[in-house]
Order: sequence, then C-alpha cells, then structure tokens
Amino acid sequence: MTAVSDSMDQVKTITDQKYKYGFVTEIEAETAPKGLNEDVVRFISARKAEPEWLLEWRLQAYRHWLTMVEPTWAKLSYPPIDYQDAFYYSAPKTKAGPKSLDEVDPELLRTYEKLGIPLKEQELLAGVEPRIAVDAVFDSVSVATTFKAKLEEKGIIFCPISEAVAKHPDLVRRYLGSVVPYSDNFFATLNSAVFTDGSFVYIPKGVRCPMELSTYFRINAANTGQFERTLIIADDDSTVSYLEGCTAPKRDENQLHAAVVELVALDRAQIKYSTVQNWYPGDENGLGGIYNFVTKRGACRGVASKISWTQVETGSAITWKYPSCILQGDDSVGEFYSVAITNHHQQADTGTKMIHIGRNTRSTIVAKGISAGQAQSTYRGQVKILPKAVGARNHTQCDSLLIGDRCGAHTVPYIESRNRTARIEHEATTAKISEDQLFYCRQRGLSAEDAVSLIVNGFCKEVLKELPMEFAVEAQKLVGISLEGSVG
Amino acid sequence: MTLNAEDHSHLTPGPPWLEALRTEGRCHFAQLGLPTPRQEAWRFTNLAPLTQPRWQIAPPASAALNPGPLPSVVPADHPPSYRLVFVNGYWRPDLSSTSGMPNGMVLTGLAAALIDHADLIEAHLGRLARADTQALVALNTGLLASGALLVLPPGLMLERPVEVVMIGTGGESDPPLAWHPRLLVVAGAGSRATLIEHHLSQTHHQNCANLVTELFLGAGAQMRHYKTQRENPASFHLATTSGRLDRDASYEGFLLTTGGRLSRNEVRLVLDGPGATATLNGAYLVRGQQHCDTTTLIDHATPGGTSSQLFKGVLDDEAWAVFQGRVLVRPGAQRTDGQQLHRALLLSDRARIDAKPELEIHADDVKCGHGATVGDLDDDALFYLRARGIDRDAARSLLIAAFITETIARITDPVVAAAFESLADGWLTPG
Repeated sequence: MTAVSDSMDQVKTITDQKYKYGFVTEIEAETAPKGLNEDVVRFISARKAEPEWLLEWRLQAYRHWLTMVEPTWAKLSYPPIDYQDAFYYSAPKTKAGPKSLDEVDPELLRTYEKLGIPLKEQELLAGVEPRIAVDAVFDSVSVATTFKAKLEEKGIIFCPISEAVAKHPDLVRRYLGSVVPYSDNFFATLNSAVFTDGSFVYIPKGVRCPMELSTYFRINAANTGQFERTLIIADDDSTVSYLEGCTAPKRDENQLHAAVVELVALDRAQIKYSTVQNWYPGDENGLGGIYNFVTKRGACRGVASKISWTQVETGSAITWKYPSCILQGDDSVGEFYSVAITNHHQQADTGTKMIHIGRNTRSTIVAKGISAGQAQSTYRGQVKILPKAVGARNHTQCDSLLIGDRCGAHTVPYIESRNRTARIEHEATTAKISEDQLFYCRQRGLSAEDAVSLIVNGFCKEVLKELPMEFAVEAQKLVGISLEGSVG
Repeated sequence: MTLNAEDHSHLTPGPPWLEALRTEGRCHFAQLGLPTPRQEAWRFTNLAPLTQPRWQIAPPASAALNPGPLPSVVPADHPPSYRLVFVNGYWRPDLSSTSGMPNGMVLTGLAAALIDHADLIEAHLGRLARADTQALVALNTGLLASGALLVLPPGLMLERPVEVVMIGTGGESDPPLAWHPRLLVVAGAGSRATLIEHHLSQTHHQNCANLVTELFLGAGAQMRHYKTQRENPASFHLATTSGRLDRDASYEGFLLTTGGRLSRNEVRLVLDGPGATATLNGAYLVRGQQHCDTTTLIDHATPGGTSSQLFKGVLDDEAWAVFQGRVLVRPGAQRTDGQQLHRALLLSDRARIDAKPELEIHADDVKCGHGATVGDLDDDALFYLRARGIDRDAARSLLIAAFITETIARITDPVVAAAFESLADGWLTPG
C-alpha cells in the first residue's frame, strides 16, 4: 500500500530529526567539587548563604539518603547511576544581585533568545498588558525575575526559592517539606539534600493571580544534575496558574534530574500546574538523554480547594514522575491530565496518585500514552479512598496509542477503596492508528504527516485543551514534531 | 509446625524423575519462602497466619473420615457425572465413580495413575506450574502426594461432565491440617469436556488447601472449567492454575468464591497458538472477615488470540477483596483482542477492595482494554424499586442478585449456570 511506504519514509524522516534545542552556551560556571558528601551539602548551603535550620534539614536529608536504596519497581531499565560521578552545584558567574536585565551576562540572554523566552518582551511591548511572568532558571540559579512589581502590588510573592529563604523564612520553613518530607523517597531525599534552586510562590488570601506564572528550566553545564525545588502556596480563596517548560542542550552523557514540586492549596484555593517537558531524549540509538526523576505532589488542605496537574511529556530518556494530589479538605478536587509521548529508546513510567481523605472529594485522571520506535510507556497510578472519604468520586481514563510493533504500552493502576459510598471508575484502552483513519484523511488531500498529526492531536485533545493558551500551541507543535507520519 | 516443605514423611517414594521433581520443589521453596506483602504479586494478601507454628500435613489416615453427602451440579434426572472425590487432599476411590468412560479417557487419582501413565505424567507434570518462581507451586511440588489426572484422547467429545470434589474435614481437637493436591488435565487435539471443581468443608475446622492445577489444551480442544469454593470461613484456600492453549483451543473458566477465611485463585493462561480463545469469568461473595484474592494473567504469546474476563464481587461486613488482573501481549502477538472488566459492590463501611487491572502491551495491532468500578448500589435504581412498593431490603437483594447474575449468566453450560446461580442465591439469603 502506498500509504504504508509513505509512512515508512515519514518514520525515517522523524527518526533522523535532530533535537531542535541542541546547543551549548559557554559560560564559566562556579562548580562544587565532583561527588556527593556532607561537605558538598555544606558548600551548597554556604553558597546560598542559608540559615542554620535549612543546612540542618539538608544534612538530615543527606544522612537519611545514605540509608536508602534506589527504587526498582518502575518499568524502566537504565545503567546504574553513579551518584559520586556528578557535580551537584554550578552557578553562572554573575555580579551579585543583578538590578536589571542590562547587568545580566549577555551570553545568557542570547541563550534565552535562542530558546524563545521573551525576557525583554515587557520593554519591547511597552504599554501592552503583560501576561506571563518569567522566573528563568539557568543552571540552578535564577538570573532574572520579571513582572515583579506588578505581582508585588497584589502581595504575590514569586521569586527564586533561595531568595524566599532569605526574605520569607517563616513561610518557607512552615511549608518546605510539608507535602514531600525529606524522607519521602530516594530521589526526593536526594533533592532535599542538594536542591539548588527553583521557584517560590505565595498567593495571599483572596487574590487571583493576574497572570500565568512561568519558569523555564534549562540544564546547561556538562555533568550537572539539576535539583530544583518548587514550593507554591495558595492561601484561602486564591487562584494561581503556573507553567513549567523545559528544554536542554544536546549531550551525549546522561544527565540526572531530580526535582521536587510541592503545592499547598488552602480553603477554596485553586492551583493549576502545567508542564511541557521537552528535554533531550537521547539520540535514535538511545544514547544520552536526561534522566528525569521527579516528585510532584499537591496537598488540598483546605475545604473545596482544587489542584490540577497537566503535563505534556515528550522529552527525557527516562521519565519517572507521578504528580499527585492529597485530597484532605472536604469537597476538594484533584485533577491529572497527561500526555506522554515516547519515541526511539525513550522510557516513561508516569502517572498519578489521588489520595482521598476528606468527604466528597473528587478526582479525575486522563492519561494518554503514545509509544513509537522501541519506546516503553507506562501509566502507573493509584486511587486510594480512605475510610472517612464519604461520597468520594474518581474517574480514570487511560488510553494508549502504539505506533510500530517494537514499542510497548503498559497500564498499571492501583484502585484501593475503603469506603462503601465511594464511586470509582477506571477505564483503559490500547489501540493503534488504523489504516482506515489514515486513508480517510489522505483521501481528502492531507499528507501522511498532517494526517498523523491530526489523529494524534485528536487523541490528545482532552489533555491539550487543559493547557493554558501559551502552552497549548507549543504542545501541539511538539506532539506533531514527535510523531507526525510515524505510522505504518 | 509452620507451613513448610521440610516434613515430607507422608510421601510414598516414586520413580526417580518424580523424586527429582519433589526435591527441586522443596529446594525452591526453601529459597523462596512463603510470599509476603513486600512482594508485588502479594501486595494485598498476607499469608502471615500460615507461618504460625501449628500446621500439620494431613496424615493419610485422616482421609478415611466420612465426608458426608457429596455435592453435584447434575440434577438427578440427568446422566450422572464422572466423579473423583478427595478427602483432606487424598483420593477416595470408594467414593468416586468413573464407570462408563469412553476409550482412551483417563480419570483417576494421580498416585494410582503413576503405574499405567508414568510417561504421560512425566511429560506434563510441572511443565506449566513454575516451582522456581511461585512459592506455593514449589511447596505443592515438594510435597506432591496426591491429585487427579484427567486425560482426553484427541477428538473425544465428552458429554457427561467431570466433577472433582475436594472436601476438608477434621476433629475438633486436631491441629489445623494442610494438603497440597495437584490436578493435571491433558486435553488432546479437538477434544471437548466440562470440568467442575467443588471445594468445601464438612466441619468448621480450620484447614489449608494448597492446590495446583495444570491444564494442557491441544489444538482446537475445548474446555469448560467451573469451580466453586465454599469452604468454611476459618479455612485457607490457595489455588494456582496454569494453562496452555494450543492453536484454536478454547477455554472457558468460571470461579465462584463464597468460602474461606483467606482464599486466593491465581490463574495463568498462555495463549500459545494462533486463534486461541480464553474466557475467564467469576464472582465472589464475601462477608465477615473473609479475604478473597483473584489474580489472573492472560498471556497472549501468539497472534490472533482472544481473551475476555468479567469478574464481579460483593463485599459485606469487614470482608476484603483483591483483584489483580494482568493482560500481557507479547511482541508479535498481533491482532490480539484482550478485554477485562472487574466490578465490586461494597455493602459495608468496613469492607475493603483493592483492584489492580494491568495491561502490558508489546504489539501495536491489538484491541485491549480493561475497566474497573467500585461502588455502592445505584441510588436511582433503589428508588425506582421502592417507588413501586418493594421494601428496602428486598430491593437491595434484587439489585445485588442482578449484579451477580450478569457474570453467572455467561456460563455456557445451562446446568452449571443454574447450579451456580442457586449457590449465589444461597449466599444472598442465608439461613
């Protein structure tokens, strides 16, 4: 069939496609010595001029980490990671505390321009209402924070977490580790010991954040794992939408990334956390790529609070990530919308946990997994209804799309209910793009490439529509780039 | 003593290959030990009570007890079934009836069959059940003393069903007894049969049955395999079934569980020939402190296979049910259709359900899906019935019966379907 041979060509085109963001910026980095020990932890803490309690917390985490073993339950295979063969801190050399963008290393700004982060947007577009505030993270240290004044007006705190430690120690101390304790899991504990930067957000009572908050993470210096720590607190009756996007320069060595994100939603607060993750996935032979071990968890502490996770995962060689919701407050709501696309030799083991504790708590899970090449994609999720969660409700939909006969798609849900009144529905399907669908589109004049993009975007639509406008466009393009035409 | 493989004084020495198999089983068990919830496959089922030091292997003499009336699904006006009866895991030829079997068919105690069918047993025993990875299979193999052998010659269409009845009994003062029987079924190409298992207790005495079943279905063979487990609420029932389906073979299984303090049915079916079809349905009805575990693996190893599973459960009081269903599609097993649905109804605030339906897909041209629901009775349906003057309890019973009937109705043998339906009704209206 012609469609088939065309598709085969397409597969080859996609296969040969090079990683778009593969460039390296030459910036002198001030690095901690290679390896991990108490001195490195102390070094990081000293570089950040942290208070004593935080150093103690880091050391406690480090000592606990020494007693832990790396988890092996995920459906992932990768060579053992040598945690002593990596740098745990590297900061770009900048003058202390840049007051404006002019003081920032121009090399750095050029990197952002290549990545398309419009840091200068506000100056250029004078008079235009700013819509996105960017807290750009470049190899662990935030270099510029924009729209600060606008946010400060509302009493919103949006700053690098190290700055928050200095300026708002009470808030940080109260909430840091309250959702993901330092002893939580191997990777979160490692992060607790050596986290370098990340964002801190506090939305005061009754405030609706006037713009989408956004952070672009970027891994740069060779052999430097990134260990961000993000903490978002939405006080009573507040609302915030946070965007996280990632690209990384091309490397042949695997890079370790172990981030922790903690969300706290108090009474009637709403947090929407969206991610587009497009880190270097390794080449077509499975060489290189980012190892992404992330702990993301939100606590709906208040009544009628809501946390919504949306993620589009197309990058990384290894993805280990389970954004979760602890539904403590009565009538609280948890949502998880996910698209995970794996190609070549990528492996993704991702999903969510919805822990229903309060009465009338509700959760929705929509997970779409797409596997191509020799990739393995696993949905792993847990829905747990505790005895007091009267009237709890969950609906889960997991769909997998397979492209090619050498990839794998797996679904491993855990459904645990201890309450009679809870209603749980779980549904999972697996399918491929049919020749009929392709034929139908091509017959109407679409190229094989456009046809697959259309079908896959349709498959993911339920999730993509949850993304804020700014991300939806990029996400749709990513979906297209990753898979267009790769059907035979 | 604790449930282990060390005491094997009850074993009659067998041929060298059997001794080697037993020794291997005991070695594997020594290495594996009893499963614990730390193992993923046993995450929700804890066998800790079996480690308490009081279990004894049922002595052969205990099999001589009178087991009381024998069950059968076959009504009196039908031709009787071929029947093997086991008491405390030992075959009782005096209670069994196998007369009038067609030529070439074998239905007898496994130990007795060693004389005439040693080669056939050697070629099949232990080939499907994995003693090296499954601890309970290792224990069963290491202590293998009795069981049943069913052989269907190629092309045999057996009209009368085969019933295997396993009864546990014991005196009030006896220590809890354990037995480890084996069922070996070899169905030749194109043969057809219906096999019904009954597992029950004569007394309220605590026992532990650790059963292993191996099923070989030749090309085009059709097997209907129905099981009811209604042992007393103090007993342990552990059953591991491994089946292999050759080209175009079809298997229809049903598991009805109402008994046991702790029960686990672990079924592994390999669709090992193109066009094989596996249907596995079941219902469990549990109350009190019962723990009921259903673990299935449908392994699509070859193209064009079809599998379907429907399990439904009703839990009352403090009952705890576990459903772990895995559908595996191996690389190259294209055009596979694998469907699974598990639904549980919780009638009490203290009941607990843990479900883990799992898909593992390594081929793209497949249609696989699973669904799982947990909930209480539908309020609207209850209201509808009550609005028509049906009282609350009657309305609830009606809805529960309807819920369970959906799966029992899938039993294609009408006689068995009727019998299982009345067993389920018996549970719903006790006393």
